[in-house]
This record gives sequence, structure tokens and C-alpha cells, in this order.
Amino acid sequence: MPQRGPGPAPAPAPADAERAASVRAITEQLAGVRGPLLPVLHEVVATHGYVHDDDVPVVADVLNLSRADVLGVLSFYHDFRRTPPAAHRVSLCRAEACQARGAEATVAAASDRFGGSTAVEVGEVFCLGNCALGPSGTLDGALHGRLTPERLDALTEGWEA
Amino acid sequence: MSTTVWVPCDAAAVSVGADAVAEAFAAAGVTVRRNGSRGMLWLEPLVEVETDRGRVGYANVEPTDVAALLAGGLDDTDRCVGVVDEHPWLVRQHRVTFARVGVVEPTDLAAYRAHGGLAGLERALTLSGEQVVAEVTESGLRGRGGAGFPAGIKWDTVRTASADLKFVCCNADEGDSGTFADRMLIEGDPFTLIEGMAIAAVAVGATEGFVYLRSEYPHAVRTLRRAIEIAYAHGLLGASVLGSGRRFDLDVRVGAGAYICGEETSMLDSLEGKRGEVRAKPPIPALQGLFGRPTVVNNVLTLSAVPMVLADGGAAYAALGTGRSRGTQVFQLAGNVARGGIVEADFGIPLRELVEDFGGGTASGRPVKAVQVGGPLGAYLPPSKFDLPTDYEEFAAADAMVGHGGIVVFDDSMDAGAMARFAMEFCAKESCGKCTPCRVGSTRGVEVIDRIRAGTQRDANLVLLEDLCATMTKGSLCAMGGLTPMPVRSALEHWPEDFGVEPATANRATDAMPESATSTHGGARP
Repeated sequence: MPQRGPGPAPAPAPADAERAASVRAITEQLAGVRGPLLPVLHEVVATHGYVHDDDVPVVADVLNLSRADVLGVLSFYHDFRRTPPAAHRVSLCRAEACQARGAEATVAAASDRFGGSTAVEVGEVFCLGNCALGPSGTLDGALHGRLTPERLDALTEGWEA
Repeated sequence: MSTTVWVPCDAAAVSVGADAVAEAFAAAGVTVRRNGSRGMLWLEPLVEVETDRGRVGYANVEPTDVAALLAGGLDDTDRCVGVVDEHPWLVRQHRVTFARVGVVEPTDLAAYRAHGGLAGLERALTLSGEQVVAEVTESGLRGRGGAGFPAGIKWDTVRTASADLKFVCCNADEGDSGTFADRMLIEGDPFTLIEGMAIAAVAVGATEGFVYLRSEYPHAVRTLRRAIEIAYAHGLLGASVLGSGRRFDLDVRVGAGAYICGEETSMLDSLEGKRGEVRAKPPIPALQGLFGRPTVVNNVLTLSAVPMVLADGGAAYAALGTGRSRGTQVFQLAGNVARGGIVEADFGIPLRELVEDFGGGTASGRPVKAVQVGGPLGAYLPPSKFDLPTDYEEFAAADAMVGHGGIVVFDDSMDAGAMARFAMEFCAKESCGKCTPCRVGSTRGVEVIDRIRAGTQRDANLVLLEDLCATMTKGSLCAMGGLTPMPVRSALEHWPEDFGVEPATANRATDAMPESATSTHGGARP
């Protein structure tokens, strides 16, 4: 199975009873909707920032799925991150329309500036639906258009490089 | 009388500062209302001030402009674009699906009704399902997701299927670069989509519906959820749609960053809570779709065209357009274009008029080298092809596709070889992995293009690339693997020099274009 999503998960942390209870409550609350697994995983990420490996058996138990079923879905989708997010997140569009407006220069500038940083993670995205005002990206989740290396610097001023 | 200003809440306007502008106006003590975007995106944030003449627009407004704008200090500058409803860029369009977008507050149901909303649903509720489907069939409406399948035929298949439960699913997983019309409609006029889905449900006997909306569109998710709440509160949705006694429940499901989920069967699996892997067809979703039940799957713009079809009659819609492409198409001008945004026009409008007259050429001011029409799986076309009329069949005959109507403009700094490589790279990254031609072929495609560009056994690798393209085209389960060769082959055909290839030898790799260019991302045969 090809590895999808943001990469391999870290070694499991010691079991966290409080987190397990929270994940169980989230799952139970959504278990009644049709096809609940994606809504559950979205809610776990929204609440806890990422899906920990220890969450998988809890979700599987409540939804009466195998752990392999849950892991298969978890690893298929880019959104379901399996490691804690950094303090700041830069996500830049690299799809055709943004490339046509020079996105690669902004992507390169972000990599240069934040490469190796633990406080800022730089990721790529393919289309944010802002294709007439590119290059586009999200900074800590907020959408920005007309990005240039200079504008990116201004918008991320004070972020630890 | 206090001043009222309109500041768009559309994500594109917000991406260039509209929220801060709205706050600045509120702080200045004027009434601020939030509309969708008019689609003149190069002017955003486009602020409109209510006057006796109509709503007067001011382009590219920043918070620091607010005091001067309110004092009339911008009136004699080119920042003032006059009465927005009279703007030539809008007047030249034929806004049908987008008639209300940018005009009303998105979740103002009273304004929706005052601007002609709900007339289609009210009429549909007086007709039999068969009659509603007949209107849609007569309109000639075809799937706007790209595949162009006749909506009426798909609906009739679902209507005549017998089942304990049927669904209507809206594909709002608008992942193609250069397309944003689904997003702008949902953010600017969500009730149109809700009404269209309710009409589809009434027509085919469905009681539940889902909108599968991509997670990259958080503004759209919020607006649509709010609109659905309001629709329930006013009896548009729920146990008795507009008091008809017929149930229709509607929910929003958010995607999770997988491009392939714009393919309809992959979307259905994702809605079921599974990996978004493509299903083999048959069975077709119209008979065995979501949870194995008969399911209408249509794109946002297909469903949003339906209220007008029912309100004015199928014949009125069929009177627009050209050939077998009836009605209007919502074109999206994107990429390196001077005037980007939404152009809704009758089918048949030449590509040149869109790119040059509406688009105004490139944003960089350099010559146009290419446009890519129909998303990442569409062909790259040089200016010599710009006289093509926008018609499904005409484009297919030219080895291209209209697709979802997205048009991405590139200037002469574009490297067609790099874009062809990117098409394969993107396919490798986003392939669901179910079928071999797509999963493996795309990775091999990147390698082969690299070798051609590096000059390694170039002639042999050109033959290999063509073999690979033929295998992907004919052997892939869905349009992702099946159409990725389209941008690759078109790039090689028109710009062989970008691959280091002499024009004469490039032809061997472009002889056999896909036989069918009608099935693509975001929609497919029922």
C-alpha cells in the first residue's frame, strides 16, 4: 500500500486515557450519520490537531470496523495528518493556474526561509479555487492571494525562521 | 440617509483583504452588507456604494482608502468603475446561473425569492416526476462537471429505478486548477443549488441528498451549512418541502484533500466513509450509487441550472447555445490573465473572445503562449486554435475538451515540456491506485518525459511515451488516468521544441489522440 498523507507516524506515545475518552466521545456522537468515518476523522483533527495511532483502535471499536479499515482511510486522505502540526503553517498552491502566475518563486522563497524550521511547516496544495488571483496559499489556514516572496515575508513577519 | 456599502465575502475577495476593508467601513459608521463576488476578480476587493444611480463600484479598495472613498475622493480616478450593473464586462455576458451572485446577500432568503428564486421548485411541485424530468430533457442540459452527459437521461434512469431509498448527490469537489465557479456560486448564491437539488429529488423520488464539498473551500462550507439551516427553518428542506408533504433532507460532507474524489464513483465511496477509490462501471451510479441505491450525481452548476429550467421551461433554456451544447456555460478565466473571473455566456462563444476580449491577454503583458481549457486533464491550446467555438463536440473534434469551462492562460515564459511533466507528476501524486495504467503509467510518464527532455535515446523514448499514453487512455478505469495524456500530447504536438524535439519527429507521438474526450473529472456517465 503506498503511503499517503503527511508521512509516517511517530512511535506511539504512552497511552493517554483522556484523549482516548475524547476520541471515543467524538466517534459515538457521529456514529449515527451515514458513512461516519470521514466526519469522525475530521472532528478528531479539528479537536486534537492530528490523528494519533492510538486513536485508530478507539474509532474502529466504536464504528465496528477493523483497524485496517480505519488505517486505510486515514492514510488515503491528505487532510488527516498523523503528526502534531507546527506552530505556524504555510501551504502554497502549486497547481497550473498559480504556476502560470509565478507560484514557483514563492514556493522556493518559502522553502529557503523556513526550510529546517520546527516552528513553521511549509506544505503544498493543489488548487484553492482562487485561480484568477494567484499565486495563492494559506497562512495558518487563512487564504491569501497575489502572493509574492515579498508579500509572504510581510505576512509571516515574526514567525520563527 | 446613511450610506450603505457592499463588500464581497467571497473567498477570492477575502484573499486580497476584503474582510479588513469591511471592518474599516464598519468603523467609519456606514452600513456594511456582504455580497458574493461579481466575478470581476481583478477588481477585488470591489466595494459598491449605494447611490440614486445604482451601486457604484470602486476597485482594489484597501482599508486606508475608506475615508477618501466615502468623501468622494476616488470618484474622478480610474479606481471608480461606475455603476456596476452597467459595467461593460458584465453587460456583455449572459448571466443565468450566476444572475444573483454578487447582487444579493448569499443567505438572504427573502432577497433570493425577490430575485426570482423558488419559482422553479414551486412549479416542479405541481408536476409529476416524469414531467419534471421531461422539462430537463427538453432543455438539453448536460453535465457541467466536464463529461457533458445529458442530465435528463440520467435523472430518468434514477426515476424509473425501484428502490426503498434514492439519493441526490452534488459533486462540489472542484479540484481542477483554473476552476472556481462551483465555489463562487455556493458562496454567493447557495439557495440556487439547494433549490436545484430539491427539484432533482422531487423528480426522481429521492429523499436524501449530500453535497460533497472540498475541504479547501472552508468559506463555501460555512455559507452552505448556514443556507441549509435557513432552508430547513423555512420549510424548503425537511419533512415537507414547501408544504408538499414530500421529504428531502440535505447535508454537507467535507472532502479530505483527495483530488480523485471529484470522480463520481470515488466520491460515492468517500461519502460512504471509505478510501476514495474509483469503482468499475457498470453498475452505473444511477442504478447502484451511494450505499448501492439509485443516485443522481451531478455537478454544482448542473443542479444550479435546474431552477431556471423549471421556472422558464425547458424550451427557453434550449433556445440558448449552439449545436448539442445548449444553454449557458460559466467560463472561468484564470492564471496569467489581465482580467480574470467569471464569464457566463451562451455556448458557442469563441475561445478568442474569452481570452482576448474578456480576459485582455496576460497579466504580465507578455504574449499569450497557451491556454489550458477544462482543468489539468484538458489540452493546451496555442493562439492558432483560439477561433474554436466553445462547444463540447467542436472541442472534442480538436482533441481538446470544454470540461468545466476553466481557462488557464500562460504567457510566453511557460515551458510546455515542464507542464507535460507536471501533468504526469500530478497524476502520480493523486492517483487512487486502483488501476495499473494510471498508478504506474503516470510515474513511468514522468521518467520518460525526463529522458526525452534530457536527450537520452530521444526517438525511442518518444515512441515509448506514445505507447504509455495510449495504454493510459484506453486502459484506465476513470478519466484521471484516461485523460492525463491529453495535456501531455497537446504540449508535445504544439511545442515540441520545449521537449528538445524537432517539430517533424514530434508527430509520431501525437497521431493517436484519445477517441473519446467526453469523460472527465467531476462528472461522468450515469
